[in-house]
Amino acid sequence: MYAQMVKSEATQEDPEKLATFQARIDAGEKIEPKDWMPAGYRKTLIRQIGQHAHSEIVGQLPEGNWITRAPTLERKAILLAKVQDEAGHGLYLYCAAETLGVSRDELTEMLLDGRMKYSSIFNYPTLTWADMGAVGWLVDGAAIMNQVPLQRTSFGPYSRAMIRICKEESFHQRQGYDIMMKMARGTPEQKRMAQDALNRFWYPSLMMFGPSDKDSVHSAQSMAWKIKMNTNDELRQKFVDQTVPQAEYLGLTVPDETLTWNEEKGGYDFAEPDWKEFFEVIQGNGPCNTERLAARNKAWDDGKWVRDGLLAHAEKRSMRKIAAE
Amino acid sequence: MSDDALFEFLCRMGDNTLVLGHRVSEWCGHAPVLEEDIALANTALDLIGQTQMWLGLAGEIEGKGRSADDLAMRRDVWDFRNILLVEQPNGDFGQTMMRQFLFDLWHLEMLKALSGSSHDRVAAIAAKSVKEVQYHVERSGDTVIGLGDGTSESHRRMQAALDLLWPYVGEMFVPDHIDAQMSEAGIAPDPGELRATYDARLAEVMTEATLTIPDSGFAHKGGKSGMRHSEHLGHMLTQMQWLQRAYPDATW
Ligand SMILES: [Fe+2]
Ligand SMILES: [Fe+2]
Repeated sequence: MYAQMVKSEATQEDPEKLATFQARIDAGEKIEPKDWMPAGYRKTLIRQIGQHAHSEIVGQLPEGNWITRAPTLERKAILLAKVQDEAGHGLYLYCAAETLGVSRDELTEMLLDGRMKYSSIFNYPTLTWADMGAVGWLVDGAAIMNQVPLQRTSFGPYSRAMIRICKEESFHQRQGYDIMMKMARGTPEQKRMAQDALNRFWYPSLMMFGPSDKDSVHSAQSMAWKIKMNTNDELRQKFVDQTVPQAEYLGLTVPDETLTWNEEKGGYDFAEPDWKEFFEVIQGNGPCNTERLAARNKAWDDGKWVRDGLLAHAEKRSMRKIAAE
Repeated sequence: MSDDALFEFLCRMGDNTLVLGHRVSEWCGHAPVLEEDIALANTALDLIGQTQMWLGLAGEIEGKGRSADDLAMRRDVWDFRNILLVEQPNGDFGQTMMRQFLFDLWHLEMLKALSGSSHDRVAAIAAKSVKEVQYHVERSGDTVIGLGDGTSESHRRMQAALDLLWPYVGEMFVPDHIDAQMSEAGIAPDPGELRATYDARLAEVMTEATLTIPDSGFAHKGGKSGMRHSEHLGHMLTQMQWLQRAYPDATW
């Protein structure tokens, strides 16, 4: 997911207030920024929404990597529009987080110095044009799995951001699949690229849902608060069940020899990703962690004079306006 | 007026937007603030859309079955007809926005004139583009003013950008035999006629930006004629055209 392993905060507060709060959530009411909320609820949400926003921002990079090499004008425009949407998603989410009392700049600083994380998936490289297909199809596909239920999350601004975002994400997924289709039905080299992209992105996509529920200690509180709507394993299963037939339709092979349909559970049995690799990526040892953070830091540092300049100008203007009045 | 000349003219319009759109898209994910990432992508998207229209029409006029993509992805440097200004590297954000403003200001005047073209298709493309470019020039102009009249560092960088790019401004206004044929047929204006409005508006913005327009009339030439591009264009094409060149039989 775009927010993985978000630690949920224990909360010690007036039991009566807590009970009323929980009752509102259970009744399906939305919690709004001015409402009373437990400190742990606020902290957990800041972490989760912040991580989600950072993922949208860092997520521009692996796809931005192919904008200048897109094979046609139309593909270039579609990809550019998609990456632009992701920047917009980052913006909505930072705004939602700001309602909880943390500024966008504070969150950005925490991303840049490594105090906050972003999704593990964006630390994988995009190596061929087929990766633009695989990312849309699998990565946006996995994101949708999580974000559709989050439209019903208890925190009003987060829920509303999700509703806007989901509309665009399903569009992204369709476009990704469309690229895969062209590639899988194309020349032998294109087919090879398509299969290679699936091989490289399959397990990292499964990792997006986070570790197995039995190893996921923070779920219960977040689920009670409706910050987390489904368990990691539920969503992963749903994703596999949806994606396998799509891969078959493309004539591609999911890189899992153990993959079998399980009639009894009505879903596929599939191999777990390499969780050791996942924890390495989270720790900063993914193939692109260094480049991704360096790119974001460079953009921020190089942009300082621009932000300062525009701010100084805005101040001068308002001073001149006051002086004129 | 020959179809060859019209083809040439359309390539000039389309190559300007193609090359500048590509340059702007290089910023994706690296801008100083999120709002700028979004705005730069918007500009690039408009320019790519305009490219599709100009080069699409160019291909039709040429009549050899070449599509906009064929023209964009399969021509080499000497067949490109964009002005030198738009192929200049991005530099810092200030340089990118200065290049954008210097181009936008010309682009707007050009499109306004083309909206009244005697050629219906040209007029229609111009009419559609002019609304987008009106917005581009407002934005790039505001940014040039904001950064020129910002901090001493932003002022210094913007003046350096203007000094660097100024020698590429003149090429936009120097007419040649293609322009002569276009204006004779009422298809496009004589580019020299756009200069007065350009200079007046430029002076207003630069005054507000507290920047000094260099006192030199020197102009590099060779982009719009295709005679002598800068070395930068070839490197851009190695990226832009790579997939189409490496896998010529593929459709994407
Ligand atoms: Fe997104
Ligand atoms: Fe997306």
